[in-house]
Amino acid sequence: MNGFEFDWIAIAPFLILSVLGFAVVVLGISFPKMYRGTLGTIVLVGFAVAFLASLQSWDDARLAFGGMITADKFSSAFSCIFILGATLTIGLSINQVEEKYLLYSDYFALVVFATAGMTLMASGTNLLTLFLGLETLSIALYVLAGFRRSNEFALEASFKYFLLGAFASGFLLYGIALIYGITGSTDLTKISAYVSSEGILGSKMFFAGFLLLLVGFGFKISVFPFHLWAPDVYQGAPTPISAFMATGSKAAGFAALMRFMIAMQSTTQSGWQDIIWVIAAATMILGNVIALRQSNVKRMLAYSSIAHAGYILIGVLAGNTIGSSGIIFYLLTYTFMNIGAFGVISYLSTAEHEFITLSDFRGLASSRPFAAIAMAAFMFSLAGIPPLAGFMAKFYLFSAGVKAGYVWLVIIAVVTSMISLYYYLGLVVQMFMRDKEADVAATAPLQPAVMIAISIAMLAILILGIFPSRWVSLFQDLARSLM
Amino acid sequence: MQDYIWLIPFFPLLGFLINGLLGKYLSEKVIGILGSAMVFLSFSTAVVLFFQLTQLDPENRLFINTLYTWMATGSFSADVAFRFDALSAVMVLVVTGVGFLIHVYSIGYMHGDRGFARFFSFLNLFTFAMLLLVLGNNFLIMFLGWEGVGLCSYLLIGFWYENPEYAYAGNKAFIVNRIGDFGFLIGIFMIFGYFGSLNFDTVLSAAGMQPEWVITTICLLLFVGATGKSAQIPLYVWLPDAMAGPTPVSALIHAATMVTAGVYMICRTSAMYVLSEVALSVVAIIGLLTALMAATIAITSKDIKKVLAYSTVSQLGYMFLAAGVGAFATAIFHLMTHAFFKALMFLAAGSVMHALSNETNIDKMGGLKNKIGTTYRTFWVGGLAISGILPFAGFFSKDEILWKAFSSPFGSTVFWAVGTLIAGLTAFYMWRMIYTVFYGESRVDKEVALHIHESPKVMTVPLIVLAALSTVGGLVNIPHYFPMFEHFLDPVFMKYINPAAFEASHGSFGLELTFAAISLVVAFTGIWLAKVMYVQRRELPDKIASSVKGLYTLLFNKYYVDELYDKIIVKPFVKVSDAFFYAFFDVKIIDGIVNGSAKIMDSIAGVLRRSHSGVVQFYALSLVVGAIALFGYLIFG
Repeated sequence: MNGFEFDWIAIAPFLILSVLGFAVVVLGISFPKMYRGTLGTIVLVGFAVAFLASLQSWDDARLAFGGMITADKFSSAFSCIFILGATLTIGLSINQVEEKYLLYSDYFALVVFATAGMTLMASGTNLLTLFLGLETLSIALYVLAGFRRSNEFALEASFKYFLLGAFASGFLLYGIALIYGITGSTDLTKISAYVSSEGILGSKMFFAGFLLLLVGFGFKISVFPFHLWAPDVYQGAPTPISAFMATGSKAAGFAALMRFMIAMQSTTQSGWQDIIWVIAAATMILGNVIALRQSNVKRMLAYSSIAHAGYILIGVLAGNTIGSSGIIFYLLTYTFMNIGAFGVISYLSTAEHEFITLSDFRGLASSRPFAAIAMAAFMFSLAGIPPLAGFMAKFYLFSAGVKAGYVWLVIIAVVTSMISLYYYLGLVVQMFMRDKEADVAATAPLQPAVMIAISIAMLAILILGIFPSRWVSLFQDLARSLM
Repeated sequence: MQDYIWLIPFFPLLGFLINGLLGKYLSEKVIGILGSAMVFLSFSTAVVLFFQLTQLDPENRLFINTLYTWMATGSFSADVAFRFDALSAVMVLVVTGVGFLIHVYSIGYMHGDRGFARFFSFLNLFTFAMLLLVLGNNFLIMFLGWEGVGLCSYLLIGFWYENPEYAYAGNKAFIVNRIGDFGFLIGIFMIFGYFGSLNFDTVLSAAGMQPEWVITTICLLLFVGATGKSAQIPLYVWLPDAMAGPTPVSALIHAATMVTAGVYMICRTSAMYVLSEVALSVVAIIGLLTALMAATIAITSKDIKKVLAYSTVSQLGYMFLAAGVGAFATAIFHLMTHAFFKALMFLAAGSVMHALSNETNIDKMGGLKNKIGTTYRTFWVGGLAISGILPFAGFFSKDEILWKAFSSPFGSTVFWAVGTLIAGLTAFYMWRMIYTVFYGESRVDKEVALHIHESPKVMTVPLIVLAALSTVGGLVNIPHYFPMFEHFLDPVFMKYINPAAFEASHGSFGLELTFAAISLVVAFTGIWLAKVMYVQRRELPDKIASSVKGLYTLLFNKYYVDELYDKIIVKPFVKVSDAFFYAFFDVKIIDGIVNGSAKIMDSIAGVLRRSHSGVVQFYALSLVVGAIALFGYLIFG
């Protein structure tokens, strides 16, 4: 805090990832013939190093760069989640990028840069750092969303995402400007001090700034009414990237939102709870109800991911220890189950035929049992069926909501997640209880890397569901350190 | 030994994994034997534990097997733990015992079905989930099983999915059960909120400390769950449709075990129910009404499985009536005897269908008495048992319910009178079916008549065993002389409450005997009427039907409840979702894209211009509108 000390350890994950990103670009240019697996392995090794570096700050919290960066349990946990998500994304992509999209080195590099942006969002304790991380992430994603350049949906998706993303960034920046105007600082600690003395409604202009920031974050985590881009973009983007956006990017949005909301906590709680309440309820209802009607599995997963953001908001609203640890547990779980689900789609798709309509999945249990079983596990977990991790994750969040007195919101959450079971199970029924149509397109050949990634995700949701307590108690230590 | 309780659910899980993963490579014989053997192993384990349990003093009969801590947050923790007390013991023995017989029967019944392995793996998975439900030591494990059995039920109803009607039935069961599960889950959250624990012992022993409205609300919410799973008013509509599943499934899931989960749950949480007179009354009245309604519908149904399905709904109503007057041990007693005779009758009905190339319309049967003798004789035993004829199993349990409905402090004369009327109706509709199916002239289609044959031994032996159980199963609890069953169970229910509150408030031994005599007379009258109408004077039913045409039509159409639900719930819901969410939020957007991509041939630029012209602005607008709404809150809120 005092002075502007350069603390390389505090930003080690970000630095490692940035260097890794540049290295991949340079390698890609210097050795254009390099085997994609080799490059993929280099990326994965880099991720492993960054992962270890992130773990460093778990026990050793540090404040660096004049309070712009805080490396603590929070940033450590989130960085690990991001890197896990990115690792699985690379796993899903290794077999695919060459045949489908070319330019795999750029693809890898962009994933790495996006991850670097995420780590910055988790460790930023200054609105400017948060914004910087957000933009690093977003710009990489704009490009990745349009990576299938021959596909009209991809072009559309990328363009839409870019326009709307830029628009949302505008809101965010304007909000930062207003808050700066009132408090004279972009440092969350100073803003927090202002909030605890004046209250969040102390000045209308401050509250306006708060609301504008909410719009910006709301876009990133795709909650109602800022969610409309998500289904189009997820549909158009390469499937591993859809998974990456639905998990890593969303988790990063929540990381930033949580940092921000913690600063907004004051003794006189007023004002923003109602707003989040309404947004959460509307997001859960809309996401789940519209998902019911989707016949395109990628769109269905997109709406499902919107709904899940609604559930997570309950934890934000609860603001208690169970809530905060619940969010992190949820995001961890969600990363595995969602990447897994998108991964199965990616696993089955060929360059000619994307495996995305419900009828594509008919009779999969007999033709591709591994994929069918994995997909069923992910669907059950997303629906919150015990003993898979999705159930535990929901349970923690919802009990946090009950504890904090948001009983009606939890009731809405329970009702909507019951509704959601209908469409998740619908896919399972297609796979296990329907016969394959004769003229259905062939599925892709076996791809070991994708299979490993899916297996890891499946194993993770089993372990997190059956033995959750160890992880939850870790995250509770984390949550207590925040309060 | 109590450390081995986990073995009970483990065996069926193993069976599920083996048959589910390797079923493709195994022969029918191996699959069938493996699936049945796993359930038998569970049964044997349960028997050993049961005998160990009886070695203990009645108050200490409780084994707990904690595997590990499932989750812990602050002061709250929930274990993966199994509980084996008198109540679980009875449930486990019924589930695995009857379940084993039904597995064996299925080997014959499903012979040659291309989904043979899938069927057995689902059946094992169901058994696993059901065992979790009854063995769990906290609400979470119970919920885990609760969801699991629902899932298996759904999968097995739609097992023969080639028929779209069957798939529809599966859907209906699923949706109706969701409504029930919602109540159950909210109830669990409330328990968590008020008690800070989900452990049965902790919650039940602290129930007295909570305000009454909390207990009442929790009990009613849990009961909503029970009405869904156990097919009571208003959520019973799924069970008759669920008969689309293979008959062994109807016997195991939709008669003997899963549908009794609601009864079990109320008995398990009885210490809460007895604190709320409101909740108990609701349970008793809903149970009684359901029993009456379903029995009247069963009179006019022409489908052999539907008659049995409505009969199941009706008998479950009896169990809820018993629970609702505080006679929990009696409810479980009827649950057990019902499992014997209803499983028997479903399997016998399956055997009839097996003989008649899957015919289910009783008007196309008749005169089967001598052609399929074993099936007939076992069906006959089942008919006597459900009608409550001495000394068959149903007599003891049903009579006990009727007596408790009158004599319990929560009972009333009306409960008894209506209950006795239902007993008469039960005897009538059941024997109407038996006489129509087995007596009189054959009305079987000529084609089918050529192939009538008795089922193989693998199917008839389970029938005979169940017939034996239906005959003597009631003798374990003879009021006043040999009330072993009640004595075994009562410590579970009396653990947290004052037993004195449950002493019969009125009525004497003489009155009890009189009541038993009355119900016997009523049952015989029902059977006699059925014989007159369906054997001796076969023109009578039509005459009566046309003389009370309005009533007959009402019953034949099942009180139009399905139509009513369709009109007031399903259609409006679909309309709203179509009109609002679908049309406004997604159709527009999808259409926009589809239009865009259809014109891709023009030029890429053209697509970009067209598809973005409308949609992106709409999206951006939504951001602005959202922001404006937030600012509206700032200014006016």
